[in-house]
Amino acid sequence: MATLEIRDLHVTVEVENGTKEILKGVDLTVKQGETHAIMGPNGSGKSTLAYSLAGHPKYTITEGTVLLDGEDVLEMSVDERARAGLFLAMQYPVEVPGVSVSNFLRTSATAIRGEAPKLRTWVKEVKEAMQHLNMDPAFAERNVNEGFSGGEKKRHEILQLELLKPKIAILDETDSGLDVDALRVVSEGVNRVRETGEVGTLLITHYTRILRYIKPDHVHVFAAGRIAESGGPELADKLEAEGYEAYTKGGVSA
Amino acid sequence: MAEAQNIPVGSTTAGQIAVAAESTVATRMSAPPSFDVADFPVPHGREEEWRFTPLERLRGLHDGSAVATGDGLKVDIDAPEGVVVETVGRDDARIGKAGTPVDRVAAQAYSAFEKASVVSVPKETVLSEPIRIAVHGEGGIAYGHQVIELGAFAEAVVVIDHTGDAVLAANVDYILGDGAKLTVVSVQDWDDKAVHVGQHNALIGRDATFKSFVVTFGGDLVRLHPRVSYAGTGGEAELFGLYFTDAGQHQEHRLLVDHNTPHCKSNVAYKGALQGDDAHAVWIGDVLIEAKAEGTDTYEMNRNLVLTDGARVDSVPNLEIETGEIVGAGHASATGRFDDEQLFYLMARGIPAGEARRLVVRGFFAELVQQIGVDDIEERLLTKIDEELEASV
Repeated sequence: MATLEIRDLHVTVEVENGTKEILKGVDLTVKQGETHAIMGPNGSGKSTLAYSLAGHPKYTITEGTVLLDGEDVLEMSVDERARAGLFLAMQYPVEVPGVSVSNFLRTSATAIRGEAPKLRTWVKEVKEAMQHLNMDPAFAERNVNEGFSGGEKKRHEILQLELLKPKIAILDETDSGLDVDALRVVSEGVNRVRETGEVGTLLITHYTRILRYIKPDHVHVFAAGRIAESGGPELADKLEAEGYEAYTKGGVSA
Repeated sequence: MAEAQNIPVGSTTAGQIAVAAESTVATRMSAPPSFDVADFPVPHGREEEWRFTPLERLRGLHDGSAVATGDGLKVDIDAPEGVVVETVGRDDARIGKAGTPVDRVAAQAYSAFEKASVVSVPKETVLSEPIRIAVHGEGGIAYGHQVIELGAFAEAVVVIDHTGDAVLAANVDYILGDGAKLTVVSVQDWDDKAVHVGQHNALIGRDATFKSFVVTFGGDLVRLHPRVSYAGTGGEAELFGLYFTDAGQHQEHRLLVDHNTPHCKSNVAYKGALQGDDAHAVWIGDVLIEAKAEGTDTYEMNRNLVLTDGARVDSVPNLEIETGEIVGAGHASATGRFDDEQLFYLMARGIPAGEARRLVVRGFFAELVQQIGVDDIEERLLTKIDEELEASV
């Protein structure tokens, strides 16, 4: 069973006047089949965790380990991490002018699966996945994220999640900027992937709203660069009622 | 309106919008346009129009020392039925009608060619197949002149394909009758040693549409002057270009759109990628809106992607406006490296770095290539871009 183990992770970024530590010792284990919600106020380091796991060059790991099935993730390049089974659904997906969605998806699936998917089954697979997400077939001919609405960008991220079938999926504020209808469609997509039991999900969110659609097994509160409290789904209810105030008292230290 | 994202290594972007009574576009040339090479002094390299060009690599085209070798160049014209192809003498009235040489080499070409080739599409003739002109260099020195003429409401696609090795100075005139539609694809796919200098003049008739793709991959030195002026109102010009400048190559595109007639449009978009030591691309985009050209709508853009250290781009958009009664005018120029966020996004989907870079560059050009509308040319250009990228990125 695939397991992602994060141990004592410290991460810094370069800022105008030097180096700033954003993550200050994160410990977390995510197993295949489990869903972990990471909730926290703005600036607590949630997205830094997501991008650090995916290997974004902006972030420097200063301490700690990240293992996927015992393999050292931090030694891997960005593309190796993806091929090892990590997937990051981004909060702000990037436009890639001149590259069509269909070309991008196929190139990506070929890289992840280690061989080009057979054309006939692939076309069917993409078509079905798009139908599930209420995406028009014409979408495949558009350039990646170019001119996409907020909802289209997120659907496109979840489309990739469904096609690439990662071992560990990190969803970085996938719910942000979505109206209720889009949130439902996107959540259903995530749930279809979860129901296979083959993915461990790290659901990063600021709001409890998405947890009505995607039920987590574990809820973690992120504050000041580390996990401040962990619990079951009931912790989300507490946050819904009380907000993050209890965790931000004394301020999010700089 | 100008935007510039410069990188520190070997890139310059300058831009200006001048509102002037007197044209600086015309006055900053060292001599007025002329058909006679004797009217232009031999350039020394510091003139505005020559300052980016390595004169020593022109192989004598600029100083009269390059003498035509007679068998240096083979030109094959493959035209569908209905098209008239002629070889004419220097006194043919159609020659020189679309524009006058603006520098010494263009005038040298005009003064030195013996026979010109004229391809005409009679009025109201709509071609379903492209006219293909294959220019193949066989190692010699040549001067040439080509005229493409479309009668009123004629429609045609012309592909001019330059291959092989040559030292060539040649001008091309495009004459568009009223309501005519001409798409021209000029591909400079020369061998590494070739030198190619030329002026392309388009004269756009009333309500006519001129669409041009200038694609430069090869050559040691390529320097082209695509120029447009209008013979009547309602004319439209779309000037697209792409170049892939490798180590040691000098590729220079100097455009001028002369809005000399009211209610005409122009849109310029040139994109280039550079890689390797001493790859040098120059893009000059001059747009002149004359006082009488009310209702003009124009935009010009140049984008450069610098793939490695050691390459240099000089990009100079210049918009000169003599009337305020226009629909729109703007320009943009930007030179940058790979967008790291694009690379990260693609790599985060398992795509290895090299392949991700190729996708990005291919995409950068594909936007323009997709607008050509000639399938075999589009495919060939994309394949060529892939080959360039395979070799290096």
